[in-house]
Amino acid sequence: MSGTYLGMPAFPRAARDAVRDTTLRGNLRHATHTIRDKRARAVAELDDWAALREAGKRIKDHTLRHLDRYLVRVEEAVTAAGGTVHWAADAEEANRIVADLVKATGESEVVKVKSMATQETGLNEALEAEGIRAYETDLAELIVQLGKDRPSHILVPAIHRNRGEIRDIFRSEMGEWGRPAPEGLTDTPAELAEAARLHLREKFLRAKVGISGANFMVAETGTLVVVESEGNGRMCLTLPETLISVVGIEKVIPTWRDLEVFLQLLPRSSTAERMNPYTSMWTGTTDGDGPRAFHLVLLDNGRTDTLADEVGRQALRCIRCSACLNVCPVYERAGGHAYGSVYPGPIGAILSPQLRGTGSEIDASLPYASSLCGACYEVCPVAIDIPEVLVHLREKVADQGGAGHRLERAAMRTATWLLDHPAALNAAERLASSTRKLHPKRLPGPGARQWTNSRDLPDLPAEPFRDWWKKNHA
Amino acid sequence: MTSPSSSRDRVLGRVRAALAEAPEPSEVTRDYLVSHTPDDPAAVVDLLHENLADYRAGVHRSTRDGLPALIGKLLAAHDAATVVVPPGLPGAWLADSDARQRLDDVPLTPHELDSADAVVTGCALAVAETGTVVLDAGPGQGRRALTLIPDLHICVVDVPGQVVASLPRALPRLDPARPTTWISGPSATSDIELDRVEGVHGPRTLEVVLVVD
Ligand code: SF4
Repeated sequence: MSGTYLGMPAFPRAARDAVRDTTLRGNLRHATHTIRDKRARAVAELDDWAALREAGKRIKDHTLRHLDRYLVRVEEAVTAAGGTVHWAADAEEANRIVADLVKATGESEVVKVKSMATQETGLNEALEAEGIRAYETDLAELIVQLGKDRPSHILVPAIHRNRGEIRDIFRSEMGEWGRPAPEGLTDTPAELAEAARLHLREKFLRAKVGISGANFMVAETGTLVVVESEGNGRMCLTLPETLISVVGIEKVIPTWRDLEVFLQLLPRSSTAERMNPYTSMWTGTTDGDGPRAFHLVLLDNGRTDTLADEVGRQALRCIRCSACLNVCPVYERAGGHAYGSVYPGPIGAILSPQLRGTGSEIDASLPYASSLCGACYEVCPVAIDIPEVLVHLREKVADQGGAGHRLERAAMRTATWLLDHPAALNAAERLASSTRKLHPKRLPGPGARQWTNSRDLPDLPAEPFRDWWKKNHA
Repeated sequence: MTSPSSSRDRVLGRVRAALAEAPEPSEVTRDYLVSHTPDDPAAVVDLLHENLADYRAGVHRSTRDGLPALIGKLLAAHDAATVVVPPGLPGAWLADSDARQRLDDVPLTPHELDSADAVVTGCALAVAETGTVVLDAGPGQGRRALTLIPDLHICVVDVPGQVVASLPRALPRLDPARPTTWISGPSATSDIELDRVEGVHGPRTLEVVLVVD
């Protein structure tokens, strides 16, 4: 399985390096706090938020329980609407299918709308190896691609870069890929966006093949849904002659009506807007409008392993809104790169080790990349109990043991690191206090167990300070 | 080398094996609200107006008779010399405009669309709570590309016929077999230090005209 960044250090080491990078921390802190506050306001506008969240959770659980049925249904509906459905058991197979489809068109370049599924499979690199150039068209993804960098956030992948860095990347790299940056480009966001517009437009207008993911696919109707802001999605979905969408099998929802739930949950949780600027929906192909050929690649790549885990399968409810990243005290300090996977933050800490297994050091350390404070669960629009899955995965990592207790040592380092950091400690207290009757002097997990064997935890308050503060000062 | 059909069986087989022991989850509940707005057409239109404006769309109100003059004025105000016309757009709408018209009856190429300054369309409906206009390629709207490439989009909404309060009210009125584009304000990005910038790839300007008879 691909997806682990080569040479990636385990989370504790990567996190320690990131914490020393003050620019990164400043950018991240600003971003996460801004989005988090806006989100809270957007959610507060809807007084039925709890009911929507419950509906979203239950629709997803129901779908996952009958996933075979809904996948077959989506296949039928897409096929009936003129599309072609392919099944990919793993990343390699998905990449092979896409590369063959592109080659069959005779083209050697494709435009892409941001897609986590194709990042997960390493599609761009696989296409490159076949002589096909893939252009990322989301502004942040463009910055990441031109900077030969990796995304660090689900929603704003280039949030670790500031405007000066972006201008430098545009000036030095755009010419390599197509239309160069305008003379005298400054670092104002409007000018930078204009440079991206000009650079990418020539690609959109000549593109014959587009590649996308999808936020949802509706089993009942075969409709695919892409939610975005910039219009690059619309460009990739409508201008090319051939459209290839690579979609994780967990993205299916049963009915057209279910969209009324998720189109309320997603934008508010994600960009804190009532609605994102653009949502595109298409069902197969339509005469005279949009691509003449549509291919849907249904991707497993570890999802069925995740589905088999009764505690962990809830991670497949995720709609990739990124709300959990913005409230996570560990993500805020460590940044997205420390997670060593396309899925950063709390969701990455539970999804990546499930999709990839816990064989590598980074994956075995990810369930410790958290303070178990529960803030991620509180904001999650589909109520994924991330702390519960983290604790569950820690047990699995511990059980798997291994030569020289390598994994436990990695875990141990994380626990030490966390407890050296006040916000993380606060968070750990919270879990400990909610289970204090059961484990009065121990934090869960093997690393933490070793740590608490040699020293007692500070006395646990009846309620964490943060909760007390909220109640008494709100 | 696996053949496509065997991968299908493999994935479905894994799904079924993974779920063999899984209990039936609790039933889906839908006790959320059908709308968050009082059932008062005037209030719904005001909310649509407010939310569109909040997303930096220009919002205008017009009578049906005043529509051609308003469209002409908007095109002129944005210096639009060329306007793309979807097949099925009522001819009268552009009667008071000097802009050169490019009818999309024989589909214009992407480059031709790129050289046009504006497009005028109707819509399928508008959603007040989210500040959204929905296009479904019906008459007077044209292909999806028409409202994507020119830099100015003028969208006409019939009030109250095409206005609904909420998403749960919108979906039953749309046909999933048609391609739809949901537009909430102009194209925007916040990718650079979270500063909002309008117009990365889609139209930088969205003008919505609410036509009240
Ligand atoms: S886990 Fe929940 S909060 Fe995090 S990205 Fe997924 S849906 Fe959003």
